[in-house]
Parts: sequence; structure tokens; C-alpha cells
Amino acid sequence: MSDLGPDPEWIDAALIAARPQALAALLRYFRDLDTAEEAFQEACLRALRSWPQNGPPRDPTAWLVLVGRNAAIDQTRQRARHEALPADDVIADANESEAELAERLDESHYRDDVLRLLFVCCHPDLPATQQIALALRIVSGLTVAQIARAFLVSESAMEQRITRAKSRIARAAVPFEAPGAIERATRLAAVAAMLYLVFNEGYSASGDGAAMRAALCDEAIRLARLLLRLFPAEPEIMGLAALMLLQHARSPARHDPTGAVVLLEDQDRSHWNQAMITEGLALIDKAMRHRRRGPYQVQAAIAALHARATRPQDTDWRQIDLLYAALEELQPSPVVTLNRAVAVAKLRGPAAALAMIEPLAVPLAGYFHFFGVKGALLRDLGRPQEARVAFDRAIALANSAAEATHIRQHLDRLMKDGALNAVSGNVPAPELR
Amino acid sequence: MLYAILCYHDETAVAAWSKEEEDAVMAKLGTVQEKLAKQGRLGPVARLLPTTAATTLRKDREPPLVIDGPFAETKEQLLGFYIIDCASLEDALATARDLGQANPGGAYEIRPLLLFQPGNAGATA
Repeated sequence: MSDLGPDPEWIDAALIAARPQALAALLRYFRDLDTAEEAFQEACLRALRSWPQNGPPRDPTAWLVLVGRNAAIDQTRQRARHEALPADDVIADANESEAELAERLDESHYRDDVLRLLFVCCHPDLPATQQIALALRIVSGLTVAQIARAFLVSESAMEQRITRAKSRIARAAVPFEAPGAIERATRLAAVAAMLYLVFNEGYSASGDGAAMRAALCDEAIRLARLLLRLFPAEPEIMGLAALMLLQHARSPARHDPTGAVVLLEDQDRSHWNQAMITEGLALIDKAMRHRRRGPYQVQAAIAALHARATRPQDTDWRQIDLLYAALEELQPSPVVTLNRAVAVAKLRGPAAALAMIEPLAVPLAGYFHFFGVKGALLRDLGRPQEARVAFDRAIALANSAAEATHIRQHLDRLMKDGALNAVSGNVPAPELR
Repeated sequence: MLYAILCYHDETAVAAWSKEEEDAVMAKLGTVQEKLAKQGRLGPVARLLPTTAATTLRKDREPPLVIDGPFAETKEQLLGFYIIDCASLEDALATARDLGQANPGGAYEIRPLLLFQPGNAGATA
């Protein structure tokens, strides 16, 4: 930053960082998403004109709320009475009232505002894809073009999807008074689930648009950190942030240069992002202190055990098995049992694991990872014909070229080994979800 | 005379740095630090995790109160700091309680470190 005011990059970063809180406060004021968005947009334009000359405001968020609010009111007046807008230098006054506004807009205020803004995006009537698209558009401020690229759909299709989602939430009318404790907890849980959807959208990316979608992981982490600052004593939010950090830390090692999936135990652990691991471990440690167990914390604790193992053989599978058992209790799901079976295979061998996943054949009949795991277990049990059938089914169900390639490698190896006596203890862990 | 230089910045802005930006800043800082280290003037350098990883022990009451999040009051001032090797946050809190008993009043903010270099200054001071 020079004496001439903040550089454009700083302004961009400040506008992006301020967006959720500023927009949320404007939404509370106008009680209408479109008006709030227009007001924020106008405030950003004025910031780009004013900040380089007058220097950055002390509290950019409060400045944007104040200027955005005044601009929108002026516009309404202008529409009504064709009055001239105030000159730009009137905005200089904004700095004076900014401190006053910042007083009133302390964290406790922003808290429910930001929660409401996020919550409108996760209305139960909206399918997951619409929730994610809406959150990225409204809360994160990504352009429709950027979101369309991440979802590999055309811009007009994405525009339509967002418009439809917006009209649906407009009809739903989210209440604007401060929520009570129970309502707040409900909203937090819905928002946490939505953020994890955003994260997974990025995490499962490979091939085309992977880089763009990987940015969704960063965005989900940024929003989780924001929630954590606003709700510092919620162990599940700590758990969610930890889970995302610990999973995202593995991203640099999850694909080989050709884009194929690299299994957890084959990953080059020196490529894991140590800064994210350190932060994730610190957050899960902090969450555990509350002794209020929840699904995100348990999943984060499992990811933490993987992160702590310097080599795959150092992994504490016994503890992981116990944690999956706890997760099965908290949030019973065939996918959780499937993940647990991988730990069981390490601890008690492939036969025990296979017995464990047999009952999952119906609920997971269309699930790629089920057949990947089943194939590997059968192979380790020396049943190559059945393994092959499972692997073939997995390829048919693969969600990406990378997944299919990975299973094809298993098949190739099966053929090369004369379809017999494959090396044991090599169950491909489905990426922990 | 030994001086501490305390680093303040907008953590959301710093967290938004791309890997390239982060590496560029660290490289530039590295050059300055290297010069100081060669002169035997560089003491410990630490980078803290974000305030979201912070826990605060208010020791102005008995028993002290543990609060999630950073130290947020403005009526007290930063007077010093420790860097202690701990097995867990629980361990760090226990250590902070011991220190707090020796010197009640105020608060300790406990922040895990992201990076630590012990440095070489002060050995002859």
C-alpha cells in the first residue's frame, strides 16, 4: 500500500472479504435480496472511485453498508421524484458516520445477518445443486459465468437455475427478526451442511474445470472461518472447518500428473499442505474440549488420524474403526459403514470387511465406491473372477474419467497377476466423506 | 536492546492469498530475515494460526474462565508472550492456568503456531 491510497488488488480483496457481512446487513435493512445486491454493487463501484483518492476506510464493511444503504435510498427517491443524486464528494462524509455505524454493527449483529444470508440459500425446497449455486452467487459473489464453468453447464442454464432458485426463496419469506436459540441452532446446522456441499462440489472435481472447482474448496473454507468467527463456541463448526482443512490439505497429492486418482495410501504425503493440517488439527483439538460430539467432529477426527500418520502403515486403524462406529451411531448411513469396512479390512482382514458390506449391496447398488471396495476385497481374498465383475460394475458407475481410469488399473493388475493371488491389504479407501 | 516486532494484518485478506502470493511474500521476508540472521540479530520468528484457532483464558477471576476465540477486550494491553511446547490444547490451558496462578489478572490468549524459527539473537546480549 502506498501513500496514494490502497492498490487495486487490496481493494478487490477487501470488497470480497466484506461481501458476506455487508450484503447480510443490507438484506436486513431492505428485506429484499435484489435491492440488497444492487445496493452492495453500487457501494462497491463507489469504493473503487473513492478509496484510491481518500484512502481506505477504517472499517470497509461498515463503509459499504452505509454507502450502499444511502445509495439505494437515493435511488428510490430519485425514481420517485426525479431528484438529482448527491455528488460523489458527499460520500466523504461516510467516513465520519462509519465509526458510529461500526459500533452498532458489531459482531453480534453481523452474526444473525450473515447466518440469515447463508440460510436463505439452503431452503429445504431447493435441490443441493441450486443451494450451492445460489450461495456462490449471493454470498461469495462469484459471477454466473464462473459458477457455470465450475458446474460444466452453459451460462444461460446457470442463469436460469439461479433465477429459479431466487424466486423460490423470495416466496418462502425467511423471517427477519433475530432468531431464538433453537432456530439459530437449526439455521447453523443447515448452513453447515450447505457449506460442506460447496466443499464437496470442489473436492470431487477432476478433469475439465477441476481448477475452477477446486476454488470452491477454498471458498467453503473461507465461509466456514467466517462462521467460526461469528460463532466461536460451536464445536460442530470447528469440526466442519477442521474436516475441510484436513481433506483439502491432501488435494495436491490426490491426482497424478495424468489426472488419475491416487489412493490415500499411495499418496506422496510430503505434498500434503502442512499449514492446513496444522490448522485443522488445532481446530479439532479445540472442538473436542467441548465434549459435545457431532458428525463433523468425528469425521474431522478420522481425517486427523490420517493426517498424523507420516507413513500409511502408521495409521491408527483401530481408532479409525472406533470413530466410524461412533459416526454410524450419530448418522447411520450405508456409506459410513462402507468406509468403516475399509478400516475393518486393515484390522481384521478382507473376509470380515466383506461380510460387513454384504448387507449394503441393495442400498449402494448404484454407488461407485461400493464396487471399488468390494472388488478389492474379493481380489485380496483370492477370488479374481468375482473381483472382476465388481470392478466392471465400478467402471460403469464411475463419476469421472479419473475414477474409471483408477479402477481400470486394478483390472489391468488383476490380468497381469494371472488373475490370482493379488497382494493383500490393498483395499482402495474411498475418499473419506 | 532486544525488540519485539508484533505483526498486525487483516487475517481474512492474508488467508485469501493464493499460493503464489504467499510464496512471494515469504520469499521477500526470507531475504530480510536472512540478513538479520547472518548478523546474529534475529531472535525467534513465529507465525500464528488465525484467530479462529484461538482460545482465551480469563484469569481475572477464580477459577479462570476459558472462552473460545481471541482476546477481544481493549482495556488491557499486550505485555508479553511465551512460546511453550504442549501436547494438546488441554495441556496448553493447564500450563496457562499454572502461569495464571503465579500472576492473576488479565488474560492469556492461546494461539497455536503455524511456523517457528528459534533464531540466534540475544545469545551475547
